[in-house]
Amino acid sequence: MVLVFSDNKNLTFEMLSKASELAKNLNKKVTAVIIGKTDDALAKEYISFGADKVFVAETNLESFKAEEYTDILGNIVKETGAETILIGSNKNGKELAARLGGKLNAGCVIDSNNIYLKDKKLTAERVVYSGNAIAVEQFNSTPAIVTVPSKAFDRLKKDDSRKGDIIKKKIDAEKSTSKILKVQEMKTEGVNVEDAEIIVSCGRGFKNKEDIKLVQELADVLKGKTVGCSRPIAADMKWLPEECWIGLSGHKVKPKLYIAAGISGQIQHIAGMRDSGIIVAINKDPDALIFKSADYGIVGDLYEVLPKLTSAVKEKMG
Amino acid sequence: MNIIVCAKQVVDVSEMKVDPSTKKPILQGVAQKISDIDKNAMEEAIKIKDKNGGKITVVTVGPSDAKERIKELLAMGADEGVLVTAPDNIDYHMTSTLLAEAVKKIGEYDIILCGEASIDLFSGQAGPRLAGLLGIPQITYAQSVNAEKDKVTADRNMGDYAVTTESTYPALVTVTKEINEPRLPSLMQILGAANKPIQEWTSDSLSSELKPMVETVDLKGVSMERKNIVFQNDLDKSVTKLVDSLAKEGALRG
Ligand SMILES: Cc1cc2nc3c(=O)[nH]c(=O)nc-3n(C[C@H](O)[C@H](O)[C@H](O)COP(=O)(O)OP(=O)(O)OC[C@H]3O[C@@H](n4cnc5c(N)ncnc54)[C@H](O)[C@@H]3O)c2cc1C
Ligand SMILES: Nc1ncnc2c1ncn2[C@@H]1O[C@H](COP(=O)(O)O)[C@@H](O)[C@H]1O
Repeated sequence: MVLVFSDNKNLTFEMLSKASELAKNLNKKVTAVIIGKTDDALAKEYISFGADKVFVAETNLESFKAEEYTDILGNIVKETGAETILIGSNKNGKELAARLGGKLNAGCVIDSNNIYLKDKKLTAERVVYSGNAIAVEQFNSTPAIVTVPSKAFDRLKKDDSRKGDIIKKKIDAEKSTSKILKVQEMKTEGVNVEDAEIIVSCGRGFKNKEDIKLVQELADVLKGKTVGCSRPIAADMKWLPEECWIGLSGHKVKPKLYIAAGISGQIQHIAGMRDSGIIVAINKDPDALIFKSADYGIVGDLYEVLPKLTSAVKEKMG
Repeated sequence: MNIIVCAKQVVDVSEMKVDPSTKKPILQGVAQKISDIDKNAMEEAIKIKDKNGGKITVVTVGPSDAKERIKELLAMGADEGVLVTAPDNIDYHMTSTLLAEAVKKIGEYDIILCGEASIDLFSGQAGPRLAGLLGIPQITYAQSVNAEKDKVTADRNMGDYAVTTESTYPALVTVTKEINEPRLPSLMQILGAANKPIQEWTSDSLSSELKPMVETVDLKGVSMERKNIVFQNDLDKSVTKLVDSLAKEGALRG
């Protein structure tokens, strides 16, 4: 049995397609898991995206806590005898998968965007060394746990005629001694850097939050409208929301055009944008690392370069 | 308060190269260092000790030359080091089991600090896995930590959400890079670290018959080739040349 779980339904849709493929090759079935309140509409959607069965673990947990979710998922794994477990690779999913690995004494690979069978063994590839290499990881034992980031796999075409069982069960979770005191939704601007065709990114070369309008204006004339940033801008300064953060620990992007202004080009930033079509760098330091990862670069002060570039692009595009 | 910091020795990924003929990453001869965020974990441990008193033990699972790296953390302020010597290419099941056994052997502990992820493998797996093995709460991605006598509270960056979590002891906390600025030890501290104890335990002595559940069967190098055309000096000309180049490549048609 191939088990699929994420608290993000879009991740589940995408994983169901890979799960179906693996299940076919293994001659097994796919079960999608829902933890929380019964949601028949969602369960049906999971079936139309490839699940043979949906297991609803009914709980009245208010928010995600890794200890409790691990306990519930662990019980489902034992009850269903699942050999392969795919978990959505958001932050909740990663800490859940890792803890589950510890609890079940199971192998676990985090963040795999390529999963297949080789020599009949489950094999998962993942990026390592900040993008310098891809490790091919093979499981020697079951259950095998793999977490899958968004956009790794395309979802199947939705087929509403597919049939499947929906199993509902009350599952008790071990009470954890930790307590969630507050959950606050982070402000978002609905930016989707992962789908953007053109991204203009800013880094610590910007002196004030207001100056970010310089990248915004360039993004606007490029009709990309998408602004990205390095980790410090989102995580330290909080000048831009999380969704703009690009890199190893942020979003992985592959626009046709990526412009980095005031970004030094540390490998952890490059890890998020190295698959871009054309990379342009603007930096006042001629020795900045970013120029090594760029197709085109301008050495100069971004406060002078960006306005000039914006008007030159405007003129060119007419 | 007994504080344990899990710190990993890693290759400096920014120094890595890919062999042009084999297309494999070259790992030999690359400088080794303590994984960046583990220094943030160390710094946080010092802050917790300064506030509550206690002892800081650093634990590393790694090759025997990792002893040199542990000394850096002793210089920062750890009281004692433990190096669990392990063969190369062990998996997370083995690493975490060895960490768990080392923690049990150390005995008393209130709080275990890890990095949110290691700089070389970037899994964020070892911490939560260890918490699962020990059966203790895990507080991940902490951006600030407040450790009091009988409980610890942390503000966590969970991406779409900011979550505040509280736990009694023992608990495992993984910290982010933003939590603090790791201190640079003074020369006196570096010299003083030479007298601090580092225990060396073999992996066999902690857990016999450990076998990997996941094996790295291949490591494929990824190289990035770029044009590296850099315009400088005359700014107006540079901008014109850039825009012309982008137009020629069709990058300006939205
Ligand atoms: C585990 C880990 C994960 C990480 N994940 C990420 C990640 O996902 N994304 C990420 O971005 N980083 C990440 N980092 C951080 C990364 O290592 C760098 O610290 C970060 O990318 C640096 O951001 P920056 O380039 O904006 O700032 P800096 O390195 O400070 O660079 C600023 C640049 O601006 C230039 N500059 C200054 N003023 C001007 C001016 N007026 N005009 C033009 N140029 C100017 C400077 O020359 C410099 O090159 C991670 C680090 C670790 C340890
Ligand atoms: N070999 C190791 N020895 C000690 N601590 C480790 C080791 N590997 C990982 N860790 C800890 O686990 C964290 C996450 O590592 P990783 O799961 O590799 O991303 C690190 O920041 C360390 O705190």
